[in-house]
Formats: sequence, C-alpha cells, structure tokens
Amino acid sequence: MSERIPKGAVVLLAALLLCAPPFYLDAFWLRIGLFSMAAAIGAVGLGLLTGTAGQLSLGHAFFLAVGAYGYTWLAGEPGPGLPTGLAALLAVRLAGAAGGLFSPVAGRVRGIYLGVATLALVFLGHHVLLTADSVTGGFNGRSVPPLSLGGFSFGDDGGGLVVLGVPFGAEERLWFLGLALLAGTWWTARGLLRGRPGRALAALRDSETAAAVMGVDVARHRASAFVVSSMYAGLAGVLLALAFRRVVPDYFGLALSVDYLAMIVIGGLGSVAGAAAGAVFVTALPLLMTRYADQLPLVTAPGTTEGGVGPTEAARYLYGAAIVLVLLYAPDGLTGITRRVRTRLRPAAPAPAPATRPSASAVRTKEPTP
Amino acid sequence: MTAFLDSILTGLALGAVYALVALGFVVIFKASGVLNFAHGSLLLFGGYLVAVLHDDLGFAGALAVSVLATAALAGALDRLLLQRGDPDPKAAHVQTIVTIGVDIVLLTDLSRRIGGDLLTLGDPWGDSVTRLGSVTVADSRLAAIAVSALAIGAVFALFRYTSWGLSLRAAAEDTEAAALMGVRLSRVRMLAWCLAGALAALAAVFLAAFPAPGLERTTGQIALKAFPAAILGGLTSPPGALAGSLLIGLTEALAAGYQSELHVLGEGFGDVAPYAVMVAVLLVRPTGLFGARGAARV
Repeated sequence: MSERIPKGAVVLLAALLLCAPPFYLDAFWLRIGLFSMAAAIGAVGLGLLTGTAGQLSLGHAFFLAVGAYGYTWLAGEPGPGLPTGLAALLAVRLAGAAGGLFSPVAGRVRGIYLGVATLALVFLGHHVLLTADSVTGGFNGRSVPPLSLGGFSFGDDGGGLVVLGVPFGAEERLWFLGLALLAGTWWTARGLLRGRPGRALAALRDSETAAAVMGVDVARHRASAFVVSSMYAGLAGVLLALAFRRVVPDYFGLALSVDYLAMIVIGGLGSVAGAAAGAVFVTALPLLMTRYADQLPLVTAPGTTEGGVGPTEAARYLYGAAIVLVLLYAPDGLTGITRRVRTRLRPAAPAPAPATRPSASAVRTKEPTP
Repeated sequence: MTAFLDSILTGLALGAVYALVALGFVVIFKASGVLNFAHGSLLLFGGYLVAVLHDDLGFAGALAVSVLATAALAGALDRLLLQRGDPDPKAAHVQTIVTIGVDIVLLTDLSRRIGGDLLTLGDPWGDSVTRLGSVTVADSRLAAIAVSALAIGAVFALFRYTSWGLSLRAAAEDTEAAALMGVRLSRVRMLAWCLAGALAALAAVFLAAFPAPGLERTTGQIALKAFPAAILGGLTSPPGALAGSLLIGLTEALAAGYQSELHVLGEGFGDVAPYAVMVAVLLVRPTGLFGARGAARV
C-alpha cells in the first residue's frame, strides 16, 4: 500500500481533467456531461436511501419533479419571481419537505410494500403536474428561467464571455455549476455515509431490531433518510431543469424512477462512486447510441422506416440486459468489478480474492451438492 | 341510479380482470418473495400472441397457445434467470430488480413489433351488448366477470386441494422446513410463475376487448394498476388480492363515472384514484388489509 500515489494528487488530477472538457468539446458532449452530472447527484441520493438504508424507492422521479418545477415556479412568471439563487435553494428545501410529508408512510411501510407505495407518488405527482396548469403549465410544461448568481448568468446572455479563447455559452457555464454541485454532493454524501448517520442507516438495513437495541431511533432515521434523499433529488431536478431549459410532466414518469434504480444497481449499491458511475452509464448510453447509430452494426439510423432496431431501442435492450447481467454475475456492480480488477492487478496483495476458484488439483473432496 | 349501477358493473368487470393480474403477483410473491415487475410485459406478450395467431388458429386455439406460451415464458424466466445463485432471503430484492431489467427488454421488443398499431384479438363477443333492466352492459364485460370467476375459483381449488398447493403454502410459511420435508422448492416456484403467466395472458384478452379499442403497446401498463390491488389486499393473501382488485376496480369506475362531481381533483382522476386509496390503506395497515403481520424474531 505504501507505494500508492497520494490521495490529494489523485483528487487534484481528477478535478483538472473534469474542468478541461468545456475548452475542447462541443455542446453535444457538454450536454451529455451535464445530464450525467445531474443524474449522478440524484443517484447518490437514491443510493443513500435504497443502497445504504435499504428502503426500496420507485418515487425518485417525483422528488426530481418537485425540485425542477419548484425552481421554475419560484423563479418564474407566473410565480413569486424570486431571485433565482434563492429559488434554487428553496426548491431543494421544498423537495426535502415533500420527502418529509411522505415520512408517515415511509416510516411504517417496509420492503416491497414501500416500493409500490412510492410508485403512487409518481402517478399522483404526474396527475398534479398535468392538472395544476397555473403552476406547472399543464401538458406543455414551462420554460425554465436561467440561473444567475451575483450578476453572473448561467444562460446565454449574449454577453460574449470568452475564457482562454473559448466562447462561454450556457453549456460551458452550467458545466462548472454542475461540477461544483456534484463535488458538494459527493463530499456531503461521503461524510454522511462514513459518519454516525451512515452507520445507523446500514445497521437499520441489516436488522431493524438489532439497530433499535443499539440505540438507533428507527422511525426518525428512516424518515430522515427519505428527506435527505429527496433533497439530493430536488437538487438534481433543479440542475436538469436548467440544462433542459424546459420542464414537461411526461419526463418525470415511472421510467425515470426505474432509470435511477438501474443507475445505483449497475453502479453498485451503497457506494457514492458507484452511483455516479451508474448515472453516467445509464444517461450517456442512449444519447451516444443515437448519435453514432449509422456507424453501429445491427442498428438503423433514426427516422428510417425499414425494419430493424432503432438506436433508442438498441439502447433500451442493452440497458435492460445490463441490469439483468450485472445483478446475476456481478451483484456488487461496477464498484465490485473495479475492486476485483484492482485486487488482481496488485501482486503484493496479502490474500487472493475469495472470488477466485481453487484450481482443479486443489479440490480434493467433491463438494456436497446443495 | 342507472348511472350508479352502470359504474358498479363496470367496476366489477374491471376488478375481475385486475384480480387475474393481482393474483399472479400474489402467487409469485408467495412462492418466491419476488414482486414481478415484468408482469405487464408478460401480459402484453400473451395478448400479442392471441392477436397474431387468431387468424390461423381461431380465437380459442390462439388463446390456448398464448396461455401455454406465456406460462412457459414466465416459468423459463424464473428457472433460467431468477433461480441462479444462492437462495438467501436478501436475494428476493435483487431478483425483483432483475425483473425490472427483464421487463425493459421484453417491453422494448414487443413495442417495436406492435409499433403504433391497434391489434384486434378476434374475440367472439365483438361489440354486442346485453340489456339488464335499465342498464346496458357490453357482453365482453360479462364474459370478463364469468371467466375471471371461473379462473380464480380454479386457482383457489389448486391452492386448497392439490399437492402443489400444499407445497406452495408450506414453502410460503417456512421455506427451510418445507425443503426438509421434501418439498422441491425450485419446481414449486417455477409452477407458481407458470400459473401467474397463464393468468396474465387471460387478462390480456379482456383488457383488449370491447369497449377498449384493441391491444396497444401500452396495454401492459394496466398491470401497474394491479399493483395497488395486490398491495391493498396484502401481498401474501390470495383472497386479499381478490378483495383489493374489486375495491380498486370499483374506485376507478366510480371516480370516472362521477367525474363531473369530482372535477376539483382534475380530469382523469379515475386513473390515479387507485393509488390514492392504496396510500390511505397502507397508512392504517402497513402490510395491507389481509397481509401477514411481520413478526421480528430476535
């Protein structure tokens, strides 16, 4: 372990690498990055709830919607028209409050039942988004006012901001906002997971009775896991709204909730890095497949009428298959795979990974068949 | 009064079809502890087979093939994908998420085949109606009630009188003890999945029959409404699924029938009313109306 590169250097290098794209890549890639960052923030929140606290939630899309619509209404017209920074902050609080309002259910209902109960949030929420026209704009949604902090606008203000010879439009500016928010999310979530609350939640997941005996306040922790997770979802919703520049009800359906569940499962339950990696995978895959449809075998370009598999469909096949394969063959997801690869690559490891099978000669007795 | 009776009959017919789907959820959950999110696409698969085959085989033949094929698909899904790995209790959650992945793949494939079409299933009821006093009912709805009652009766008889039913109940009670008594868990499980698949294919026929326009790619989403029905009754209780389904069917029909009185809640509230009822019930009884109260063993 002693020859490892110091951790600070790794973090610094990663930060530098993440700051580079706006200077080299065009808007298409930046948008993929933005959506991935927003998804990562939301996925970290769901990972906290489902991966660490063990509460299955299919209602994440609802809390994303609260964040996105909350910001749009609070900052926009019709609406109070608050300063946009304040509106973003309040939207996150609003999502947290929505999670808190659900806590009577979340505190009592368990396991699969909770999963289906949260499903209700998505459907009821979608209904409200469609019917409360004056706030949400109904079926067609609303356009999102750009965020501006201290006079600096994160939209296309036509000011012609140029940094190092690169004109900075909305995507470039939002990229750095997204990075800052993601870094904050990462840092707070790791703090939560490694500190007392994280241990209490993990204890709850493994056995509620045992956790209660150890002095964990079961109902309070279950409820607060929901609130914190909804606040991350709200923040992700705000960032998504800013990136999309328009919010529509149909985006926040059950499919979105399932996407977030897929992200944390593919990434590996209970890990912040895994949730972020899963978010990038699930978000970027369909966008990339659509873009490069004409160069992929077996995939037809969008718009062609002849039979064959379109890029969106191909992405959905891959994505469904990825969920199944990851869960069957690598239940701890991408994090588990990297961990295994790392153990293999490090020859000085004290013990071989338990996953490696003993060689045939080492097997002396036939194992009893289960 | 006529409007009220009309809503009640519609609700019963809807509830009967939901019961076929919800019973599938319950049978699968009892046998394997998994909530099958792929049920909607299994249902769509059954309906699609009937739509494709009814020209060549006739409606009855197509339905028979479809029921068997859907049962086989569900059984294969359980045997080949879900029964891998060790049967520890935590695995049920993981397997539940596996069914989400399976659903995405199946649904994508079926939607691609169906496209924007409306497929007819060639059912014998067509758009004929029957007058019962002052109320007019579609024949397909009466058939839905009758066939569902027969199918559900048969399933309950299976539970009660066959050795498979006994094994299933024993396995649901205590998996380990059942295995020690010689119950072949994997086979009991697989048969439960087959049964649920068959019920889903049957439900598809009535969901696509008049007054619905036909089978669309969104037909499978109706299985999502059977979620509240199954949860409401308690996921471990077949009679609960029946009661929950009727309650959900009636709620939906009444909310749609009295929409003008309920316009405060917005247009199309009938579609989401089942979820509101479910949340209200779960607040009072967290494991549903007839669900097993979980007792923690220390």
